[in-house]
Amino acid sequence: MYSIVRKEVLADNIVLMDVKAPRVSHSCLPGQFVIVKIDEEGERIPLTICDYDREAETVTIVLQTIGASTLRMAELEVGDAFEDFVGPLGQPSELCLEENLEETKKKNIVFIAGGLGTAPVYPQVKWLHEHGVDVTVIMGSRTKDLLFYIDEMKAVAKEVYVTTDDGTYGFHGMGTNQLQALVDEGKQYDHCVAIGPMIMMKFVCKLTKELGIPTIVSMNPIMVDGTGMCGACRLIVDGKVKFACVDGPEFDGHLVDFDLAMARMAQYKTEEGRKKLELEEGDTHHGGCGQCS
Amino acid sequence: MDAFVRVPISEQDPKVRATNFDEVCLGYTEEEAVAEASRCLNCKNPKCVGGCPVSINIPAFIQEVKNRNFERAYEIISESSALPAVCGRVCPQESQCEGQCIRGIKGEAVAIGKLERFVADWARQNGIKPHSDAPKNGHKVAVIGSGPAGLTCAGDLARLGYDVTIFEALHKTGGVLVYGIPEFRLPKDEVVAAEVENVKSLGVKIETNVIIGKSITIDELMEEEGFEAVFIGSGAGLPRFMGIPGEQALGVFSANEYLTRNNLMKAFKDLDTPISRGKKVVVVGGGNVAMDAARTALRLGAEVHIVYRRGEAELPARAEEVHHAKEEGVIFDLLQNPVEILTDDKNQVTGIRIIKMELGEPDESGRRSPVEIPGSEYEIQCDTVIMSLGTSPNPLISSTTKGMEVNRRGCIVAQEETGATTKDAVFAGGDAVTGAATVILAMGAGKAAAKGIDEYFKTR
Repeated sequence: MYSIVRKEVLADNIVLMDVKAPRVSHSCLPGQFVIVKIDEEGERIPLTICDYDREAETVTIVLQTIGASTLRMAELEVGDAFEDFVGPLGQPSELCLEENLEETKKKNIVFIAGGLGTAPVYPQVKWLHEHGVDVTVIMGSRTKDLLFYIDEMKAVAKEVYVTTDDGTYGFHGMGTNQLQALVDEGKQYDHCVAIGPMIMMKFVCKLTKELGIPTIVSMNPIMVDGTGMCGACRLIVDGKVKFACVDGPEFDGHLVDFDLAMARMAQYKTEEGRKKLELEEGDTHHGGCGQCS
Repeated sequence: MDAFVRVPISEQDPKVRATNFDEVCLGYTEEEAVAEASRCLNCKNPKCVGGCPVSINIPAFIQEVKNRNFERAYEIISESSALPAVCGRVCPQESQCEGQCIRGIKGEAVAIGKLERFVADWARQNGIKPHSDAPKNGHKVAVIGSGPAGLTCAGDLARLGYDVTIFEALHKTGGVLVYGIPEFRLPKDEVVAAEVENVKSLGVKIETNVIIGKSITIDELMEEEGFEAVFIGSGAGLPRFMGIPGEQALGVFSANEYLTRNNLMKAFKDLDTPISRGKKVVVVGGGNVAMDAARTALRLGAEVHIVYRRGEAELPARAEEVHHAKEEGVIFDLLQNPVEILTDDKNQVTGIRIIKMELGEPDESGRRSPVEIPGSEYEIQCDTVIMSLGTSPNPLISSTTKGMEVNRRGCIVAQEETGATTKDAVFAGGDAVTGAATVILAMGAGKAAAKGIDEYFKTR
C-alpha cells in the first residue's frame, strides 16, 4: 500500500497528493509518469509526476476529477492509501538529463503549460533551475479558478506569464496568443516544451512550426498497463507507430499526428460523460479532454 | 471399457458456456481419473517424459493415480513442475507428452494433461502444498517477472535453498496467466492465485509494482540490494500490427489490450475499466491468443470471425482451443488476409477488406507460405478488429542493462541449457528470449535457468 502523506486542493476539481513510494521516489526524473490504482476494482490511471522528494521518499501527483475512478481517488485523505503505485514509467525529459546539460544551457527555452499540464511542467522547470538553467513559462487555464502553482512556478522560473481563456486572470487569451505576443515583442526562443490537452499542444505546434521553434510535447493517450504490453497508447509519429508508455511520453511535436491521437481518445467515451461535460462547461469547452470529440 | 478410447471429460455445454466466463472443462472425477490412469502402459522407456519440457515423471504419477495415492502423485509432479494445475489446462499436450504416447499409435493417447490437472486440483482441494526441506544457503537471487518462467525458476531455486525475490511490474502476480489467458480457460482466483501461493509457500518473496529497468535496474539490484544472480523472465513485449490502412481507427485493438482489459482488469464484471463490446468482431491471427480473444469477444456478446492467412492444418493454436472455439460458434475464415480496415468519418471501424490466399511453397518455418489470389478481395462488415499477430520484445530491461546482448530481433541472447546471458550472473528465459511462445516452454526455460544458476554458484 502507498499512503497519502499530504493532500491539497489546488483548484476546482484539482487535487495534489504526496504519496509515500520509496522505489519511485529514488528513481524518477522529470517527464516521467506513474500508474495509480486505488483498490482491487479500480482502473490503472496514468498520472504525471509533479514533484518528488528522495529523502522523504514521496512522489507528488496532481489529479483532476473527470471520471468515476479519479473522483474516488480525489476523495481519499491523508492516511488513506492507494493499493498500487508503480513507476517511474516512460522516458525522462531530454532537457532534464545531466548528459545534455551543456547543450541545454545554450538554449533559450519557453514552456507552455495548459490546464493540468502545469503539473508535469513544474518538475522540469525546477530541475533546470537547480542546474543553472532559467526558463520562461507560459501557464494558462480556461478560467481563474482552475489555476494553480503560480507562486511555486515563479520561484523556479526566470519569468512566468499567466493566461486565462476568459480573461479572469492575467493575459486574456490562450498560451499560443501569449507566445505570439512575446515573439512580437522581440523575444527569441529556440526551444519550446508544450504540455496540456492534446488540442492545445496541437495548436502550439502549429504556431511554433511557423515560428521555427523546435517543440517537444508530452502525450497522454489512453493506457492500460503502461509498461509496454497492451499497445493501447499507440500514436503515429513521423509516420511510424510509437508507444507513448515506452517510447514517450515526450515526442517531437512537429511530427505527431494530433488529429489521429485526439480521435483515438474517444475510444471509451460515453454518451453520459459527454453530456456531463457539456452541462458543466457549456461553450467554454473546446475539446482535448479526452471525453469529447 | 475400450482401452483404445479415452475416458471422456465433462465440459460446460457450448451454448451455455458461450455466454459465461466460467471454466469450460470441468475435469475428471476420482473414478474417471483412476479409469483413465489405468490405460497407461507404464512403458519401460517412457517416450512421454521426453516430450515434456519440464520432464515430469509421467508414468510414475499416473501409476499413483491408478492406485488412488493422489497425494504421492502430486509429490511426483511437484518435483518437476511448480504449476501443475496451470499446465494441465494450457499445455499443448497433443504435440508434447501425449504426442509421444504409445497408446496414441493405435488409439487415443492417455489424457496426461487432464490427469495432471486432476492431481493438482485434488491437492489444492485437500490443502496439500509443496514443501522444501533444503537448508537455506544464504545466496540472494532476483527473478524478474512472475509469469510461468519466473515462477518456475523461483520455485526450483527455493527448493535448492536460495533466497529468492520475484519482482513483478503489474499489480498482480502471474504474468500472462493473469493478463493473457482468459478465466474460462484458466480460473484466476481458484487456480492461478493458488499456484502462486504454492510457490510462496516454498519461501519465495514477491514484490509487485516494480518495473526493472525503471524503478530499479539490474545493475542496481546487484550492486545496491545484494542480489548475486538475476533471472529475467519478463515476457513477450509490445504487440505487432500489420501496417495496413485503418489500423489506428477506433475499434482496432491488439489482442493484448483486449485480453488485458478483460482478464487482468476484469472488464467483463463491469468494474471501472471499460471494454468495447463489439457486435461483430474480426480477430486476425490463428494462435492461442487469437482463440482467446475470439472466445472472449463471443462471451461479451459478439458474432466473431477469425481471419487467418493459412489453412486449418497450419493454425498454431492448440487443437482443443480451435475445437472449443468452433463448438461455441466462432466462424473461421481461413486462407484469407486483411488488406485494409474500413472506417467512417469519425474514424470508427465499419469493416475490413480481405483477400483470399492459397498455399505456395514451404517457407523457412517449414510451413507452406500463403500467396494472395489476385482479384479475390471482398469486405466483411464489422465494428471491432482485434490484431493477434504476436509481439516484439520490450526494450525496458535490455536497454538499461550494461553488457547484455540482444539479437537482431531484440530478444535477449541466452544459452538454452543454462539460461546464461552474455552478462555475468544474469540469466534469462521464456518469451523475453524466444519471442512469444507457450507457457510450458517458458517453464522449461525457467527450470533450465534455475539449474544454470545453481551451477553458477557452485563453480563460481
